[in-house]
Amino acid sequence: MANIWVYIDQFKGAALAASWEALGAAKKLAGELGGGTVTALVFGQSVAGAAAEAFTYGADAATVCDDATLADFRVRPYAALVVKLYREAAVKPDVILGPATARGRDALGMAAVLLKTSAMADGTAVAVKDGAVQVTHPAYAGRLLSTLESKAKPQVITLRPRAFARPEPVAGASGPAANATPALTEDEIHTKVIGYAIDEGKVSLADAKIIVSGGRGVGGPDGFAPVRELAQTLGAAVGASRAAVDAGWIPYAFQVGQTGRTVSPDLYVAAGISGAIQHQAGMRTAKTIVAINKDAEAPIFKLARYGIVGDLFKILPALNAEFKKRLGK
Amino acid sequence: MHVIVCIKQTPDTAARVDVKDGHVTWGDAALVVNPWDEYAIEEAIRLKEKHGGKVTAISMGPESAKEALKTCLAMGCDEAILLSDPAFKGSDATATASVLAAAIGKLGTADMAIVGKQAIDGDTGLTAIAVAALLGWSPLTFVSKIAELDPAARSLQVERLQEEGKQVCAARLPAVLSVVKDINEPRYPSFMGIRKAAKAVIPQWAAADLGMDPATVGAAGSTVKWPAIYPPPALEANVEMLDGTPEEIASKLADRLMANKVI
Repeated sequence: MANIWVYIDQFKGAALAASWEALGAAKKLAGELGGGTVTALVFGQSVAGAAAEAFTYGADAATVCDDATLADFRVRPYAALVVKLYREAAVKPDVILGPATARGRDALGMAAVLLKTSAMADGTAVAVKDGAVQVTHPAYAGRLLSTLESKAKPQVITLRPRAFARPEPVAGASGPAANATPALTEDEIHTKVIGYAIDEGKVSLADAKIIVSGGRGVGGPDGFAPVRELAQTLGAAVGASRAAVDAGWIPYAFQVGQTGRTVSPDLYVAAGISGAIQHQAGMRTAKTIVAINKDAEAPIFKLARYGIVGDLFKILPALNAEFKKRLGK
Repeated sequence: MHVIVCIKQTPDTAARVDVKDGHVTWGDAALVVNPWDEYAIEEAIRLKEKHGGKVTAISMGPESAKEALKTCLAMGCDEAILLSDPAFKGSDATATASVLAAAIGKLGTADMAIVGKQAIDGDTGLTAIAVAALLGWSPLTFVSKIAELDPAARSLQVERLQEEGKQVCAARLPAVLSVVKDINEPRYPSFMGIRKAAKAVIPQWAAADLGMDPATVGAAGSTVKWPAIYPPPALEANVEMLDGTPEEIASKLADRLMANKVI
């Protein structure tokens, strides 16, 4: 028996897909540990919708704290609330799990410290061995895998987005929801959120099912035009290699790799990217990799499922035209 | 302003890391300052240049980490301290943070601590949040810009990267920041800086110097263990090369991606 709490990461009331992936992983883990209750922790303002949705993704119960002090994510009130709920709980969870998003890492990272343990961060697999939970954590940018175990209770774990399958939602599923009150008052929170600069209308790299990336081969800022066009047709996010970012052709937020973002899309199209080991670190877990490069010897072809040796300025527009036709766009 | 930079010495990003007898090896690759920490060092030096004060670099690690601390001095940090004790070995993220927090506490006068987003070896990214939790300082992670800082008013305003874009927030000093790459462009050490760093004597603090019980640090003071570390299974080269005219290639690729339901 193991009871598991799952931190649901949301932004402006909408849960991130990685939250449901974590919920799916928690259900599976609870099953392997002999059953138990999986409870979604839903904190924020106007989050009733996210809480209802948690049941459709498999939560057995929900603890909801809907409060103005939680409208914007701030780590201290969120972490303090996890700790307060833990201390007050009649039946304490064995595992507290959540997505390794920026907010999930911080909230559970701090909660773990306050609960006298340490988070096991950014797991890509969770298993039970001899009754103990083991987390697989990529280290050295994925060049090594470490197995983590925690002797503490609760065990606090964050899971890498897109490393776990999202469960199929069951329409109409419901369950008991308990309301909680915040741990801190506004006067006790010294960080104030002033606003956001949101990248409107763009597919976020972290969540993207498809990513089209450009590297040194695009040759300049304008060279990203065919990359963006194909991305638009495919509903994909745009990515870039470090070489393109360092050259100033595209902002850092687009960088995939060891010193950029780690992504695991279903499809990764690498255009004009040679595939240096640092770039591979950020995208090698993509399910299908398509490489387009002039150099047939480029290391990217060793990772790729489909390889195209050629000029990306000819190949990308041809791909764009073909997919427009096939997808009826 | 007294700014503390917490750094780690790591193998170079191009190192071929492997595991031998349960220990991580990196051949003859250079040991460097964790690349993410370079942005932390640069930001700390810029704060000093703008607001006055000093920058202290600290690192928990073996004797060899003094070389990384010398790089900090060469870049422009004013002082460096190595936190080293056999008892620190096997520390998890919280135990590591407790050593850093104890050192920051001993230094006494700090207004801010800055770390890189994560270390490229452990890749946990927990240090900033854990140090902030232990010290009770304002936690500000993934900072891409310090928009305002008023040391007299003890206030600052930063931009933080999250999934949807940037969050702008105001906070109070003292604060612990983790910084991301687009915050600045780290400088190279100057010739004078390198000469000064070469001559510097770097003090070393052990658990006792920090007033820490050895049972609370290292493996003894850690709840998280890593019983195994191993290279991932090698990816088998499985590439199908597509050729023909660009149109033929596009058609072949679309056939395959759609047949496999990738699209």
